[in-house]
Amino acid sequence: MKSRTSSTAMAIIFGFGLHPAVCADEKAAQPSAPSAPQAQGSPPAAPSQPPVKVSAPPTAEEVEALRREIEELRRQIQTLRDQLRAGLASGQGMALGAAPGETASAIPSPPPAPGLPAAPPAAASQTSNYFNPSISVIGNYLGVGGSNGTENLPSSSLRESEVSFQAIVDPYARADFFLSFGEEGVDVEEGFISFTSLPAGLLAKVGRMRTAFGKINPLHLHVLPWPDEPLPLVNLLGGEEGWIGTGLSVAVLVPLPGEVFSEATLQVLRGDSGELFAATQRGDLAYNGHYRVFRDLSEATNLEVGLSYGLGPNGLTSRSATRLEGLDATLRWKPLRTATYRSASFRGELIRSRREDPLGDQSAEGWFLSGEYQLAKRWFTGARIESSEHADDATQRDRGKALLLTFWPSEFSQVRGELRRREYADGETADELLLQIQFAIGAHGAHPF
Amino acid sequence: MKPTKLAVAGLALALLGLPESPAFAKLKVVTTLQDLASLADLVGGDRVETLALVKGYQDPHFVDAKPSFILKLSRADALIVAGLELEIGYLPPLLDQSRNAKIHPGSPGYLDASTGCEILNRPTQQVTRAFGDVHPYGNPHYWTDPENGRIIARSIAAKLAERDPSGREAYAANLAAFEGRLTEKEREWAGKMAPYAGTKIVTFHDSWPNFARRYGLIIAGHVEPKPGIPPSPTHTLEIINLIMTEKIRLILVEPYFDLKTPKFIAEKTGATVLSFYPSVGGLPEIKDYFALFDYDIDAFVSAMKGKP
Repeated sequence: MKSRTSSTAMAIIFGFGLHPAVCADEKAAQPSAPSAPQAQGSPPAAPSQPPVKVSAPPTAEEVEALRREIEELRRQIQTLRDQLRAGLASGQGMALGAAPGETASAIPSPPPAPGLPAAPPAAASQTSNYFNPSISVIGNYLGVGGSNGTENLPSSSLRESEVSFQAIVDPYARADFFLSFGEEGVDVEEGFISFTSLPAGLLAKVGRMRTAFGKINPLHLHVLPWPDEPLPLVNLLGGEEGWIGTGLSVAVLVPLPGEVFSEATLQVLRGDSGELFAATQRGDLAYNGHYRVFRDLSEATNLEVGLSYGLGPNGLTSRSATRLEGLDATLRWKPLRTATYRSASFRGELIRSRREDPLGDQSAEGWFLSGEYQLAKRWFTGARIESSEHADDATQRDRGKALLLTFWPSEFSQVRGELRRREYADGETADELLLQIQFAIGAHGAHPF
Repeated sequence: MKPTKLAVAGLALALLGLPESPAFAKLKVVTTLQDLASLADLVGGDRVETLALVKGYQDPHFVDAKPSFILKLSRADALIVAGLELEIGYLPPLLDQSRNAKIHPGSPGYLDASTGCEILNRPTQQVTRAFGDVHPYGNPHYWTDPENGRIIARSIAAKLAERDPSGREAYAANLAAFEGRLTEKEREWAGKMAPYAGTKIVTFHDSWPNFARRYGLIIAGHVEPKPGIPPSPTHTLEIINLIMTEKIRLILVEPYFDLKTPKFIAEKTGATVLSFYPSVGGLPEIKDYFALFDYDIDAFVSAMKGKP
């Protein structure tokens, strides 16, 4: 059935395409409403009439046949126009609008029906797709030059292909899925339902999600201002992937005086998470609390500060836990009038990991500071310094610094170079050049903030 | 003891502050654009309190989803958006976090102002991003036609009456007054623009199809090679040639675009760069929807007269 409908639609489209005369005729018939055809969605289907031969001199019958055909076409066009008008009048209020010149006519007509959606531009054959989720794919290519024996990134890799499916579930919830395809294998990076219509100002999520620990961990790799994760996240939050948890998250707005936004989030998650947490039994859970405050300092400048606290079993013994503390701050400057040309942001994060270990507790800390400055509409430059001890051995400390240059050909693709030096605890110093190319296809996602 | 007392006092204060007398409570209307806020003010009068998220001098395509907007949305009784995916870059996550189900799309407090308006440039063929930052639902700058402003005002009046039934008559009266004034103003604007019907212009971004159609202007080209793509040298040369051959006199530039390329083009061709404001609030004197057209049309006319 489905393929048949679409092939009919195709036939109609082709039929229309093959008869430019019909289009021209129709346009000529509507000089008074220049806006109507373009403004009102898909063009009416034209009948498939056999093309008229004009090679031989026409006989009287042929002329008569032609005349009849023209009459027939004229009638069909009239019918179509009437239908179009009727459809507009009932569905769109006074959508036809006044043509220039009759500006002041002001016909009092009822306001359009509330809640009536604008006509979708999709063809009829796509209506079954109407409720499909928004789909997008983001490719993240990374090329690496230089040598590094400690952290051996491949010379060339499609580091991640992130596929997302996002849609409204029902009047109470929406769902978001982010599947992260490596060159081999797939991970569900996130997959959760958000209940957006809860009472008491609550916002709840259930599923698998990047934990709201700090400002960087909740972000996907492709929206980071660098091609790589900063050291404190890698060393203290369980590696490149960061802290991803499965469970429940509840966030509530905490009213503060003035126009200050503040939000408290509590997350209860399964006690296993990558290399970070390991539960010996089902009842061992991990917890995360995050509190953030955001304030507009001026029209162009704003500051966000967050505090995080995480706790979970580390699996070294049946009772040993790892506690995580985090402090993050982000300062942004973006004058609104020139917002697409000039902006700057500074961010920093401090993370401490306290790991109970039968061989000796480890208290390790790490931090990064980073700045980004927009040089022109499509050019950004940035710098980052970072330092972090190892979660399992606080005597080991890695350090790094990096310079960045990013070019955005459009909103949907990005080329970024990072010149980075990392000094590892084992004594190695590695100088590398990272070249990242990212590209997005599909639905236009919201820009992260 | 002391902290407990403080807490009790705080709680009492909070409780005192909470129950606002509903008879005096204004309907809180949040809009994305200042144009929509202005229309809501004109129709809502003193029964509503409006707040626009985007400033009139800001590019409405690129707005940061600041958490402070979540706070504003969480308190709104109604939300009016321009629609046609103009807000797609920032509004959906804000709405999800607003904890305010009554302003979600499809809920009674949500109004898509494009409903019923005359929308131009709806793609009639398959579009891809090779066309630049195209809007698959049509050009979202539709409020630059005052007749669309009339339709928006009617939609707003209907929505306000639905949200605040006791104000139905007030909204109807305000709407009638607005429409009367608009009709008068439209006559005045049409009169001022009439001598320039058929004038060819170049604009920076494709923000003006509705305005141009209303006043019979012909948009011959854009400084942007494609929507959202910054000027390129080859395209700039093409525009210079176009301006020379078509003898175009004005280059209209929205307030949030860099004037460098338009000025360069103007230098090479003798055309005039005119800052043209698509939204209320683009300049301090553009205080409302009427002032928007007053300003732009006067600026256009004097720019045209400046070069006889």
